[in-house]
Amino acid sequence: MTDEKKAAVEMTIDLSEDKPMTAYDRLKAARATTRPTSQAYIERIFTERIELHGDRHFGDDPAVIGGIGFLGERPVTFIGIEKGCDIDDRMTRNFGCPRPEGYRKALRLMRQAEKFGRPIVCFVDTLGAYCGVDAEERGQGEAIARNLLEMMGLTVPIISVIIGEGGSGGALALACANKVYMLENAVYSVITPEGCATILWRDAARVADAAKCLHITADDMILFKVAERVIPEDFDNFDEMCRLLAHQLDADLTELCKLSPKRIEEDRYERFRRLGIIEEKTENPRIVIKTKLPRININKDILKRILHRK
Amino acid sequence: MTPVRKSDYTETCPACGHEVSSSRLKRNLKVCPRCGKHGRMGARERLEALCDKGSFRELYRGVGSRDFLNFPKYAEKLRQAKELTGENEAVVCGVARFGGEPCAVFAMEPGFIMASMGSAVGEKITRTFEYAMKHSLPVVGFTASGGARMQEGVLSLMQMAKVSGAVGRHGNDGGLYITVLTDPTTGGVTASFAMQGDIILAEPGALIGFAGRRVIEQTTGTVLPDDFQSAEFLLSHGFVDAIVARTELASTIALLLRQNRKRRPA
Ligand SMILES: [Zn+2]
Repeated sequence: MTDEKKAAVEMTIDLSEDKPMTAYDRLKAARATTRPTSQAYIERIFTERIELHGDRHFGDDPAVIGGIGFLGERPVTFIGIEKGCDIDDRMTRNFGCPRPEGYRKALRLMRQAEKFGRPIVCFVDTLGAYCGVDAEERGQGEAIARNLLEMMGLTVPIISVIIGEGGSGGALALACANKVYMLENAVYSVITPEGCATILWRDAARVADAAKCLHITADDMILFKVAERVIPEDFDNFDEMCRLLAHQLDADLTELCKLSPKRIEEDRYERFRRLGIIEEKTENPRIVIKTKLPRININKDILKRILHRK
Repeated sequence: MTPVRKSDYTETCPACGHEVSSSRLKRNLKVCPRCGKHGRMGARERLEALCDKGSFRELYRGVGSRDFLNFPKYAEKLRQAKELTGENEAVVCGVARFGGEPCAVFAMEPGFIMASMGSAVGEKITRTFEYAMKHSLPVVGFTASGGARMQEGVLSLMQMAKVSGAVGRHGNDGGLYITVLTDPTTGGVTASFAMQGDIILAEPGALIGFAGRRVIEQTTGTVLPDDFQSAEFLLSHGFVDAIVARTELASTIALLLRQNRKRRPA
């Protein structure tokens, strides 16, 4: 299935109260073309903006937008993966699948933010990094690898908001953050459910089963400690929703900015250092240490929703 | 394969059809003596063949994976991989010497679920970098991977960031990191620690890329040339420092370790 077809999957979600949304319902919601894209959030959250273009090496990838604006009194570097708002715009922006120059543009803007001590806010919405001949020729792998390496070492606060699809390494390249927010119906996954279904069952049509197995929802991310906050969606009152999101960003950045630059780097390192579930055999073969799912103060309603999702 | 002796048999080179005894092939580090085709090598076999004799000491062998998502077929896959390779996980880590120069080292095991990276692989490599930083050692890493391990969901993706953090800290501390890209190095490993070396070497003919060949062909509707995503392709596009034949690797790594000793703190 091409990116275009995937993005155009029809939105058919049963919103009746008693039927909780499945992972597949959320996947469809996250991909809906009616959903606001990065541009819409950036326009409403930041004032006195200037968009900055280009990676200074090869070109300007329209799939990644970035620049500087004010969040309240505070200058902030904003970066977003942009899927586009209509069909022409979507084609121009390669359906939000960035090329290496998009990641290099993002990195350039992040280095600039580091130089001037500005916090960074990223909006992530991508099926994944672009899988094309030119992308490989220009080092898609190297571009993402460098973003991960350098983002992990930045001494300014980073908050990443997954507003739709968080598609694998192409999303993580803008999400090595101190805090990650998930929109209520956003998804975050190591592989597209279609790709997973193809590998598991040689049948891309079993996408709903794969979505469930992969645990891609906002609730899952809270449980795994991959995300800190779930942002309620209210697209009918989008201005108000963005006002609340801006307020949340401002509150978290205020807290993070109290830390020293060194502590900000350590906070991010420790955040990722904890992630992963393993077992460890000690010298005594009868003792096996198992890391458990992280213990968190989880909202009982969320827990119920997770447990009842069969 | 026709048995010759109890421990020796004839292997046929998949590239040129040359027939060679398994003992001779092993002595030649799994490189075909006629055409130079580099066969795949297990992690432990590689470390034993390339590090100074007897210098390898393993670390973190007890760290292994858990099927915490109850993912289809994963528990069975893990069991089979352990049986097939004799390893507990898809990466072997430790300390070793090349030409007398000490270093921390890791090698990925292509026979273990395609050396895919889950929580345990990420944890072991992260610990290796932390250990190297603590002991002021360089790191030499032999990569091979099918990418992130989807059976562990998003937490396998997070390992890319976790390892990158450790690579970055080791590097900021003045530590040298040499990667040797071996066949095949793809997906999330290419897009993280494989491409983060101070010096990036590759074995001849190795497949190295981010996206899978089939995915690119499907996305773009084109048929790709044979050498696409080969080590030679990456060299010509500026993404590896040098292609080094396996028989020259140990001496090359020793030289690089000697040339790039950590600078003394002022
Ligand atoms: Zn041959």
